[in-house]
Amino acid sequence: MKNRILAIIALALSAASLCTAQAPNMPRFHFKNFTTADGLPDNHVYAVLVDGNRIWAGTDNGLGLYENGKWRVYNTQDGLAHRAVLSLALDKRTGDLWAGTMGGLSRVSADRIDSFTQLNSGLSNNIVYGLSIYGDELWVATAAGGCKMNLDSGQWALYNERNTPMNEIWVYGVNATPTKVYYAVWGSGILEYDQKTQKWDKYDDPDGETEIVLFKDQGLIHEIVTSVSYVDGILWAATYFGDSRYDGRYWHNFLTKDSGLPSNFTNTLKGIDANHCWFGTDKGLAYYDGVNWAVYRPGLKDRKPEMYVRDASGVITNITVDSAPAHNYILGIDFQGDDIWVATAEGLSHGIRQP
Amino acid sequence: MSNMTMAKNRRQSPFIGLALAGGMLALTAAAFHALSTDPVVAADKSAPDYAARTMPYVYASPLETLFSRDGKKLFVLCTESNEVRVLDPATGKEFKRIAVGNVPRGITFSADGAKLLVTNSNDDTVSLIDPARLEVVGNWHVGYEPSGIVAEKTGKFVYVANRISNDVAVLDAKSGVLVKRLVAGRGASYLEPTPDGKLIYATHVYPNPSPYRTEPESEITVIDALNARVIERIPLRAIAGVFHIAFSPDGRIGAVAEYHPKNLVPLAHNEHGGTFVYTLTLFGADVGRQVEIPLDELERYSSQPFGVAITPDKSRLFVSCGGSEVVLAIDLHKLIAYIHAHPENFTEDLSASANYLIARIPVGHNPRGLTLSPDGKKLYTANRLDDTLSVIDTRTARVASTIKLDSPPAVSVLRKGEQTFYSARQSFQAQIGCANCHIDSTFDGLTWDLEPDGFGRDIVDNRMIEDLRDTEPYKWIGTNPNIPTECGPRTEKYFWRSENYDDLTLADLTIYIQSIPQRPHRWRLPGGELNAAQRRGYALFTRSVDKFGAPIPEYNRCIHCHSGPKGTNQKVFDVGTKRATDNTGNFDTPQLTNIALTAPYLHDGSAPTLEEIWTVYNPEDKHGRTNDLTKDELNDLIEYLRTR
Repeated sequence: MKNRILAIIALALSAASLCTAQAPNMPRFHFKNFTTADGLPDNHVYAVLVDGNRIWAGTDNGLGLYENGKWRVYNTQDGLAHRAVLSLALDKRTGDLWAGTMGGLSRVSADRIDSFTQLNSGLSNNIVYGLSIYGDELWVATAAGGCKMNLDSGQWALYNERNTPMNEIWVYGVNATPTKVYYAVWGSGILEYDQKTQKWDKYDDPDGETEIVLFKDQGLIHEIVTSVSYVDGILWAATYFGDSRYDGRYWHNFLTKDSGLPSNFTNTLKGIDANHCWFGTDKGLAYYDGVNWAVYRPGLKDRKPEMYVRDASGVITNITVDSAPAHNYILGIDFQGDDIWVATAEGLSHGIRQP
Repeated sequence: MSNMTMAKNRRQSPFIGLALAGGMLALTAAAFHALSTDPVVAADKSAPDYAARTMPYVYASPLETLFSRDGKKLFVLCTESNEVRVLDPATGKEFKRIAVGNVPRGITFSADGAKLLVTNSNDDTVSLIDPARLEVVGNWHVGYEPSGIVAEKTGKFVYVANRISNDVAVLDAKSGVLVKRLVAGRGASYLEPTPDGKLIYATHVYPNPSPYRTEPESEITVIDALNARVIERIPLRAIAGVFHIAFSPDGRIGAVAEYHPKNLVPLAHNEHGGTFVYTLTLFGADVGRQVEIPLDELERYSSQPFGVAITPDKSRLFVSCGGSEVVLAIDLHKLIAYIHAHPENFTEDLSASANYLIARIPVGHNPRGLTLSPDGKKLYTANRLDDTLSVIDTRTARVASTIKLDSPPAVSVLRKGEQTFYSARQSFQAQIGCANCHIDSTFDGLTWDLEPDGFGRDIVDNRMIEDLRDTEPYKWIGTNPNIPTECGPRTEKYFWRSENYDDLTLADLTIYIQSIPQRPHRWRLPGGELNAAQRRGYALFTRSVDKFGAPIPEYNRCIHCHSGPKGTNQKVFDVGTKRATDNTGNFDTPQLTNIALTAPYLHDGSAPTLEEIWTVYNPEDKHGRTNDLTKDELNDLIEYLRTR
C-alpha cells in the first residue's frame, strides 16, 4: 500500500513538472531550523507556541524560550513538572504560559514555575497531551480523561467515562472556544462540550472500522483522533487515518488518495478559518486553502528541501525551495504574523514567509 | 471580625470567661473572677468608669492613613469600626466618619483623584468614596479578601491585592469589572507604585510553597501597570512575611519591610537573637544591588516591621514595628554608604544597624501604616491598638504630637488581650510576639522545630487560630488542655524565654485568642449551600461503607474524628503519619476551620496540599478509608473540605 502511494506521488510529481506555470499561488517560506547546536534544549520538539516575539518550545528535555536571539531553558530544577513538555497554552490575559508535561502541568509566570500533578492537585493524570485556555478556564487533555481548572478559584472538574460519553479516556487534544470545547480522544472520537448548555455530545466514525473508511464524508474519518481545532464554526479534526472537516451539518474527509494530504497519519492541525488549515503529519507539513494543497518537508529519501502544490484537479507542481522544516515528522504548529513555527522530531523550524 | 459580629457574639455569649472556666485552672482566683464577671473590660479596675467599660466596645483600630490631594484632610482607615475617618491633619479634629465595608484594609485615590477607593477585606468589596462629599457613592465586588489597592496612573486599571487567592486583581478603573487576576505571592497584600507610575510592586504575607524544611521563599511581584502583566519576580530568600514597600521620590531607592524567620533550627535561640531577624530589603539604582539589611540591634529588636516611608529629600527612612511599638528612624545616607562599604552579606550582623539607625521612636500599641505629610516634615503613624496617630517630626525624629481618635473610654479585656498578642514586650529582649507566627491573627505557613519536644524532634506545622473555642486540647500532640496552658507557661518558657505573664494578662490574652472569628467563607454558594461536587464530597465525608460495600470502621470514617461544627472530636489519633523524628504517632485531630487556607497540612506540614494528605501520606488507609476513591471522588471530597 505504502509503495503504491509513493508510486502515485512519483507519477504525479513527474506530471507536475510539465505544468509549473499553472501552479496555484501558495505560501512560500524560508525555513530557519533550530537544534541543540543553537541552544534548543532538545531536538525532539513536541510543541511550539508564539507569544509576540517570544517563542516557547516544549521539548523532550525541557522547555525552551527563544527571545532576543537567545534560548533560555527551564527544566525540573526550575520547578518544571517533568522534562518532557508535550503541550503548551498561553493565557493571553496574563501572559502566563501553561506547559503540559509527562509528569504534570506547570505554570510559568514571570519565571516562577508552579506545578500541578495528580498527587498534589485535582489534575486527573500527569501525562498532559493537550491544553487550551478560554476565559478563566484551563482545559486539559490527559492520559486519563479531560479536566478543567478554574484559574480564579483553583477548582477542578474532571471529565471521563463516568460523566461524559467518552468510551476511552486517552485524551490527546483539546480546543476551548467561547461556544464549544472539543476533546480529541484516542479511540473514542471527538467529544463536544457546549459552553451554554453545559452538555456533552460525541462524534464517532460511523463505519466503526479501524483500518478502512467505508462511509467517506458521512462522519468523522476515524476514532483515533489526535488533534481538534474549532474556528469560524468549523471543526477540523486530525486522526492517524486521515482528517476531517465538519461544518455542523456536513462532514468532509481528507485522505492522501484524494487530497494533497502527504500522509493520513496526522499528529496535529490548526484551522485558520473555515477554509484554511495547516496539518502536521509524519510525512511533512501541509497547508490547505480550501481548494489547493501545499506540502513542505525534507525529501523523504534524500532529505533535500521540498515543496509541492496540488491543485483542485489533482495536478501536482514541484516548487523549487532552498529550505524545509527540520524534519518531516511534524508535532506542533503556531503562527507569528505571516510566519510559521513548526515543532518537529528533529528540531524547531521557523518558516519565514517569502514574498 | 466585623464589630457588629463581634458585638453580637459577645451578647449571645456574654460570659466568655465562664465558658472558658473549665480550661482556666491555671489562672488564679483573681483572674478567674475577672473573667467570669467582666469579660469585655480590662482587668484594671482602678479606672473610675469601670461600669461603662462593660459595654461591647467598638474601637477604631486605625491601620492606614492617606492625605487628600490638597493635603488638608487626612483619611484614616479604621479596621474595627469599619470606617474612614476624615481628620484635620493639623489639629486632629474629626470632620466626618464614612462607613465602609467589613474590615477595611487598603485605601488609595483613583487616578484622577475623583474617588477614594477602600478595600473591605471581609466583604470582598471596594467602597468608592466621593472625597468632596465624603460619602460612599458605590461598591465594586472584587473577591478573595482584598487588601492593598492602587490605581494605575492613566486611569485604565485599578489593582487590588487579594490575600487568600494569592493574586492581584486587575479591575477596569471605570466600571470596576474584573479584567483578570495576576498570580502573585501567597497572601498577596500590599501594593506600591513606583514614583513614575509605570510599575506596581506587590508583596505577600505568607511564604510561597517551597520544599519541605527548606528556607522559606518570598517575592516582590513586579507588574507592568499599563499592560497589566507580571514582568518580574524579585526573589526574597529566607523571608516569610513581607509588608509595605516605599520608594524614594526619584525611584532610585526601594525598601520593603519583612520578617526573616529561623524556623529550620530549634526554637531555642531567643537569648541568642536567633528566632527572627527583622529586615528591610533595599534595591534600586542608588543601592546598586538587592541587599537585605538588619533592623535589629544588640539587645534591641525591631519586631514585626510593617510600614516604610522615605522622606522626599532621601535623608530619612522610617519603619513602623508593630511588635516593638516603635518607629525606627534610619539615616538613609549612612545606610547607603554602609551598603556600598560592605559588599558582604550582613543580614544577621546585629552590630550593623548602629551605623545607620538613628532613633527608635516610641509610639502607641501596634503601629502600622506610615504616611508622610506632603512636605515630608511630619510622619503620621497609625497605632492600631490604641486608636491614636503619632505625628513624628521627621527632622528631630521625635513624636511631635499624638492625635487621639474618638474611642471608647476604656480598654476592654479583648483589646488588652490583643495588645498582648501583638506586642513583643513579653519575650526576652522583646524579640517576638504571638503575631510573629500568627500574622494578623492567622498563621505563618511555616513549620517549626520547638524545643520542648527535643531538638530536631516533633517538627510541627503552625496552625490557624481562627474560631478556636471548643477545639481543645492544643498542641499537635494534644497535651495542652486549654489556651491558658498553651499560651501560658509553655509559651513563656520555651518561646518568650521570660518571666510568666501575670494572671490577668494571660486571662486577657486567652479571651482575645478565643474571640478570633472564622473569616468569611469563599467556597460556598450564596446562602451557604453546597454545589454538586461539594455535596458529593459531603457524602464521602460522612459515608460508612466503602465503594466495595465493605463497612468502614467507625474510627476510620472522616466524620468520626472530624465531627461537630468545628470538625474535630477533640481526641488524638494515630493516622499513620509518624515520622522518624516524631516522639509519638498520636496527634490531635485538627479542626477544619477554613482548612483550604492553611497549607501545609498534617502535624509536621509535610503535605503541601490537601490532596497529598491522601495521595501520598495515607498508604494504609489509616487517615480515613480513601484508597478506594477515584481521582474525581477525591477531588469531590476536597471540594467539600474547602467549605469548612
